[in-house]
Amino acid sequence: MRATHGYTPGLRVTERALIRRMRRLPLPGRIHVQVGDQVTAEQLVASTELPGNVANVNVAHELSVTPEDVPGVMLFDEGDRVEAREIIAESRAFWGLFHSIARAPISGTIETVSEVTGQVLVRGEPISVEIDAYIDGTVVAVEGTETVVIETRGALAQGILGVGGEAHGAIKVLCDSPDELCHVGLIAEECAGCILVGGGRVTLDALRAAVDARAAAVITGAIDDVDLDDFLGYALGVAITGQEAPGTSLVLTEGFGDTPMRRRTFELLAARDGRRASVNGATQIRAGVIRPEVIVPEPGATWDADTEAEAAGLGVGSDVRLIRQPYFGRLAEVVELPERLETIPTEAEVRVARVRLEDTGEVVTVPRANLEIIEQ
Amino acid sequence: MADDQPLRSVLATDCGSTTTKAILIELVDGEYRLRVRGEAPTTVEAPYEDVTAGVLNAVREVEELSGRTLLREGEIIRPQQGAEGVDAYVSTSSAGGGLQVMVVGLVRSMTAESAQRAALGAGAIVMDVLALDDGRRDYERIERMRELRPDMILISGGVDGGETRKVVEMAELVAAANPRARLGASYELPVIFAGNVEARELVSHVLERTTALTVVDNLRPTMERERLGPARAEIQELFLQHVMAQAPGYPTLMGWTDADIMPTPAAVGSLIEAVAGREGINVVGVDIGGATTDVFSVFGGTFNRTVSANLGMSYSISNVLAEAGLDNILRWLTTHSDPRRLGNDIRNKMIRPTTIPQTLVDLTVEHAAAREALRLAFEQHKLLATELKGVQRQRDIADAFGAAGAQSLVDMMALDLIVGSGGVLSHAPRRTQAALMMIDAFEPQGVTRLAVDSIFMMPQLGVLATISEEAATQVFYRDCLIPLGTCIAPAGTASPGTPCVRVNARIGGDDIALDVPAGEMRLLALDEGQVAEVRIDPTRRFDVGAGRGRSVSARATGGVVGLIIDTRGRPLALPSDAEERAAAIRRWHEALGAYPDGADEAGAEAVAS
Repeated sequence: MRATHGYTPGLRVTERALIRRMRRLPLPGRIHVQVGDQVTAEQLVASTELPGNVANVNVAHELSVTPEDVPGVMLFDEGDRVEAREIIAESRAFWGLFHSIARAPISGTIETVSEVTGQVLVRGEPISVEIDAYIDGTVVAVEGTETVVIETRGALAQGILGVGGEAHGAIKVLCDSPDELCHVGLIAEECAGCILVGGGRVTLDALRAAVDARAAAVITGAIDDVDLDDFLGYALGVAITGQEAPGTSLVLTEGFGDTPMRRRTFELLAARDGRRASVNGATQIRAGVIRPEVIVPEPGATWDADTEAEAAGLGVGSDVRLIRQPYFGRLAEVVELPERLETIPTEAEVRVARVRLEDTGEVVTVPRANLEIIEQ
Repeated sequence: MADDQPLRSVLATDCGSTTTKAILIELVDGEYRLRVRGEAPTTVEAPYEDVTAGVLNAVREVEELSGRTLLREGEIIRPQQGAEGVDAYVSTSSAGGGLQVMVVGLVRSMTAESAQRAALGAGAIVMDVLALDDGRRDYERIERMRELRPDMILISGGVDGGETRKVVEMAELVAAANPRARLGASYELPVIFAGNVEARELVSHVLERTTALTVVDNLRPTMERERLGPARAEIQELFLQHVMAQAPGYPTLMGWTDADIMPTPAAVGSLIEAVAGREGINVVGVDIGGATTDVFSVFGGTFNRTVSANLGMSYSISNVLAEAGLDNILRWLTTHSDPRRLGNDIRNKMIRPTTIPQTLVDLTVEHAAAREALRLAFEQHKLLATELKGVQRQRDIADAFGAAGAQSLVDMMALDLIVGSGGVLSHAPRRTQAALMMIDAFEPQGVTRLAVDSIFMMPQLGVLATISEEAATQVFYRDCLIPLGTCIAPAGTASPGTPCVRVNARIGGDDIALDVPAGEMRLLALDEGQVAEVRIDPTRRFDVGAGRGRSVSARATGGVVGLIIDTRGRPLALPSDAEERAAAIRRWHEALGAYPDGADEAGAEAVAS
């Protein structure tokens, strides 16, 4: 039996996309908008309250009584409100000679009083959750009291890996070309609140300067793996991100090493210098893939959007990018797709493609698994 | 078809998190054989959100490859009608992240560890283990339960007639956390209580209002006894009734199958357990995937499974780098690789997980990472596959000088068979590479058979065994298991070049005598189906199973690699000097024919460029 491998679907980079983003509360709550409303990225669209955290106090232990005696020494009942440090139970022994008390560990509500363990649980204040629109656009759906869908027309560029969550701001292009090193000298005070667009590899110093300048996000081609670890403060083990708080969100369009941003992405972003955009660094490279993204809405646009790229297949003439050594990052055009499996230098028998490298014109053979269609 | 008729054909699928794999098995001339295999992307996630779509696509590929009609109106034709359809359909599933369980116990190394073993044995991923001695405060435990959103919670604690109050205390924390299930917002979280029988009523009182509580026999009824069966069975039952029933498309899929859908690792585990039982041997099985590595073992009839959730060859390969450290990966390479480039290459594999090595250098880097992933996963396994902790036993002199903890059940000298599975082992361009990776990572001692799963169909065969053990067994030995051969590895250490072992072997009528000094590897041709009578005479510093310097006679089974003699010593220590180490590795590769000629030199050139 032989293994077969297909090509890797590429990342979407398009000037004309119809983008819908679902904004969902973790629990039912309140929706603050209606279908048809125009919203801005930072506008509150839904909110709710999560049950508060719980803290416990072992009243039996504190008062040196048996668990069965705990209800008798309680000054409050289940459901009563208490304040932090307030006395919630007391006992007196030997005609009041020995007086013991137990205090509420936090402000909240008495949830349970246990006669078995002597524990009293106090539920803290509800935790407020507010969700903004994330993108400038129109509310096109409201589902129950949990979900809002926002739609916009505009440019969309997906990255390969991001860190940090959602951000929005004005695009500020730092580099003149997609292969220019994104270094600390390019970061200035005016970067505050902006989505910075670099080119090739970003340095650790540049990222730290972006955090100091309070930039909203950095979009660039690549980074060295050790620099990413230093930036995060730990080694990123699996590509499931979005919860980090590194100070500024980061979107890598290509990956690791000295790899320039693909020209199409760079030109798309450079042409929108100064425009408002939304960024999400959240990435999940497993089943149910989530890619980091940059969205640049085009207010008032009514054009028909490009079709989703999934329809595109690999064929002779397809523009591809090679995504594994020894050709990592090179662009090429498919010139032949042999039907039969072929033996590559590792001696593995795999499906291959013959491609013409864009920079040298050389025709090389690569496993189909190691190429990615450049979607239009 | 009458019930007493043998199955004529079976379709079996494994719905993985990324790919759904289908195999067609047919009864041909009285023998069950694998006919074809097909695969398609799994469709549990958006936009499809229906697992059956992926199953049907995989079955369509089987139809195309076999030329046999299996589907009609979007359903599998059953039973077989003429040349169409199959007599039975079975499936396993690990889609959507598999079965995720949180374990709660009293003492981490005792009841909590027993509960952990029960959950792992049932095929679950254990998200966290909460115990009184886990070093966390109560609010941290509650926050952790709320944050993780498991598929179910298994509560253990207290031997029968023992501690009650602390068990109820832990149950109260679960109630306070009121965790929501991962799938299906509207249903109550399944919770299993498998602790002190005397705490049942109190725990039920605390938990029955907020959770779907079931109570089973105590998994640790006494300190000396562990009884995991009832808890394992209940986990699998709840997996079907609650978790699967909430997953997209599974209610339909459950209606199609002729046996309960099993969690993928549980099916693999039951197959390995069956093999060990049938042959009366000790077995270690490993499945190294893109995201996780599962290790299974049966020693003295005791089954154990562990899953290393973040050790894998693609999605989790960066975690292998983080946990093993760059130096441990570099030590398996024959060239002084540029650390920066190596780190970037490994990270690029993580974000483009479906790519495959094209160059020999890249291949050796992946194999180096695989060795470390396997080694770390096996270390974790050895820590959990132990005798029961907390049991008083007589200490002998070795205990007095050794570690005070419970003894691991994993005894490498007593191990008979290692079965490797997963892309990096099953698809290694040369089978010798798979053998070498397993030897380097697991360090077998004495005489050990090695095998790989040809195309990773152990899950399907594990679930097939529930309706036809005969079919599962025949396909396992004829089409699934590829025997690599036998490894003879004396335990002990000595300077390279000093005498280590003499091996006398009778192979195909020829008598072969071979003296192998310490620090070497040798390969003798011993084909699949051949058995060699071997006599192994170690020198006085080495042991091959009968004690230092004592001879052992054994039967060595052949395979596609042959008979490997590994005198590098146990524990395996690579030369600390980089030049010496690279030279030694080149020598071992050459002795085994592990890589194409010039592979190691190609590495040097590529790195230099």
